[in-house]
Amino acid sequence: MTDRPILLRGGRVIDPSRGADGQADVLLVGGRVEAVGSGLGAAEGALVVDATGKVVAPGFIDLHVHLREPGQEDLETVATGAMAAAAGGFTAVCAMPNTDPVTDNQAAVGFIVRQAMRAAKARVYPIGALSMGQRGEQLTEFGELIGAGAVAVSDDGRPVASSHLMRTALEYAQVFGIPVADHCEDPTLSQGGAMHEGLVSTRLGLKGIPAAAEEIHVARDVLLAELTGGHVHLCHMSTRGSVELIRRAKERGLRVTAEATPHHFALTHERVEGYDTHAKMNPPLREDADREAIRQALRDGTIDVIATDHAPHHYDAKEREFDLAPNGILGLETALGLAIRELVEPGLLDLPRLVELMSTVPARTFRLPGGTLATGAPADVVVFDPAVRWTVDPSRFFSKSRNTPFGGAELTGRAELTIVGGRVVFQRG
Amino acid sequence: MTSAALGKDLVGLEPLTADQIRLILDTAEPFKEVSERPIKKVPALRGKTIVNLFFENSTRTRISFEFAEKRLSADTVNVATSGSSVAKGETLVDTARNLEAMRIDMVVIRHGASGAARFLGERIRSNVINAGDGKHEHPTQGLLDMLTLRDRFGRLEGLKVAIVGDILHSRVARSNIWGLTKLGAEVAVCGPPSLLPRNVRDLGVTVLPRIEDAIAWADALNVLRLQLERMQAGFIPSLREYNRVFGVTSERLARAPRELAILHPGPMNRGVEIDSDVADGPHSVILPQVTNGVAVRMAVLYLLAGGSPDWRTEAGE
Repeated sequence: MTDRPILLRGGRVIDPSRGADGQADVLLVGGRVEAVGSGLGAAEGALVVDATGKVVAPGFIDLHVHLREPGQEDLETVATGAMAAAAGGFTAVCAMPNTDPVTDNQAAVGFIVRQAMRAAKARVYPIGALSMGQRGEQLTEFGELIGAGAVAVSDDGRPVASSHLMRTALEYAQVFGIPVADHCEDPTLSQGGAMHEGLVSTRLGLKGIPAAAEEIHVARDVLLAELTGGHVHLCHMSTRGSVELIRRAKERGLRVTAEATPHHFALTHERVEGYDTHAKMNPPLREDADREAIRQALRDGTIDVIATDHAPHHYDAKEREFDLAPNGILGLETALGLAIRELVEPGLLDLPRLVELMSTVPARTFRLPGGTLATGAPADVVVFDPAVRWTVDPSRFFSKSRNTPFGGAELTGRAELTIVGGRVVFQRG
Repeated sequence: MTSAALGKDLVGLEPLTADQIRLILDTAEPFKEVSERPIKKVPALRGKTIVNLFFENSTRTRISFEFAEKRLSADTVNVATSGSSVAKGETLVDTARNLEAMRIDMVVIRHGASGAARFLGERIRSNVINAGDGKHEHPTQGLLDMLTLRDRFGRLEGLKVAIVGDILHSRVARSNIWGLTKLGAEVAVCGPPSLLPRNVRDLGVTVLPRIEDAIAWADALNVLRLQLERMQAGFIPSLREYNRVFGVTSERLARAPRELAILHPGPMNRGVEIDSDVADGPHSVILPQVTNGVAVRMAVLYLLAGGSPDWRTEAGE
């Protein structure tokens, strides 16, 4: 699948893995990074791309997506999800196991790997279920899942309610050196909740999910990481209390990593006003102080990575009473534009830091290939225009679904070219 | 159609101005008299078709709306959801589109999900009246409570009203809070802290922790129904203890510094949130509330249908 060499000429090359940020050429040969430097010559037959005015960076890596295959192919497939990823500048995504049937065995993992290879767009790394059927009772066979291609385990969508099971998973995962990703939510506090518990939920008469429902679980996972020495990865953090707990855990040197979604750094619970089901997700959109804490945590590294929690739903599933609508929104095709608009433009962080959050650190966190333009690294590269303003038109998404609260929003920055393994998988037409 | 006075729908009292609320109450006044006539009918909504779409059980509200519609000469259809297409899995949006296709003028909707009335109103051209949506609002109940208070005290401004009980799950409480505060009343809420919503003070109300405090403070108590499910869900330990700690009893009322008006939206749990001798006592305005319910609903239907505040002229009386 290795095509002809590619020379990306004259872009601003940002590669935090090597501390690089400056104008340079990038030469990709044989599916690998051949060289980064100035005045590189193109080999015979090479594809030469003028990247002037653009940023050239290691491709983005999303540690948290839902691709709905197998089971809900009307919402998304591995192929359409991988294409949406490529269009968003992602060269790799990690697919959560809450499929139907659950990705809790090696055959299921292998199926996703094969579908991703057939699609040949962004790389798709399956995350295996932590427990059989995600029922929170019996551990899955981590060794077999990893052997088939899984890169982490998680029961995402459901919290691991049993502390004993979580402890066991954190211990056992160390045999394989993989993280255990957890959806932090105390279901006895959140049950029946449809949005953040606060003034808006009180006014709208919707059952609230208090911030404490997440924080209790974060605190527990931090304690279990300390008890076991295991690596816990905390999914989609949404509250200032969680940020504080993670900060203290990191100060104590625990192996705790965390992610935040674009919607949690872009929106607050006010967005639910009018019962907008596109603002319904779990964890819910929180208050302004929470959003601000998430932004600061992304700036200072308390939260390690941006992950989208890309969650496709059919349009009529969201065309419902708020209580009955499903949780989640699309993320892959708006993540970069939101990150630049919300984090870079206000001066909270710079583009090299953003590339760290979307590529360098995700690769390191899940020990994945990519996230670097070092010589010999996989030729997974994104070329993006950091300044272009564009309006989100969900009808033009590559995803099969359209559920986004950002339809009509004006964002800044967009992927122009995405290269996976030295092959162009997306080029903006 | 959209009325100049109120807009297209009545989904709650929160979006209304004080003037709009006053207009409804004032319009209800002459409609009270219609129900006292031997022939309880005016032709104001003749030719209008109204669907009463009740996704939750309701006796009082449904009958009250139906009387209001009939006394205005509208043609009405009642849809209860058990045995209907809804029971067969039809979504609310499909139900709405089908009603729309039958060219109806108004829908009165009661639904268990907060926001359902607004959802419907945004999707059909007919006027939508919220007859209670989840824990959000029950605007006509709020209006009839206000009309009853105004009848009793002659004013709402400066009146002290304590809403007692399960505020957290109560649409009646929310509509009362919005309506009363907009018209200048002082509102307090009183109930177990486990049944008070987050940030409730930000709605402009005082929180009184004990029923004795509420009785000492208020001119009127609006006593909410305590749902049995709240005990099962662990919000309170038992109905008996609730009565002991928060029940409105004649012993407690005897210590009030002034005569209180007692309201209850019904149906009552006698011996739980309210004792029988209070409910049936001289200060109870519970039955006048029910009477006023018909008049207020007539006013809302009439105004939304585009009627002018001076209905007698318009209705050709």
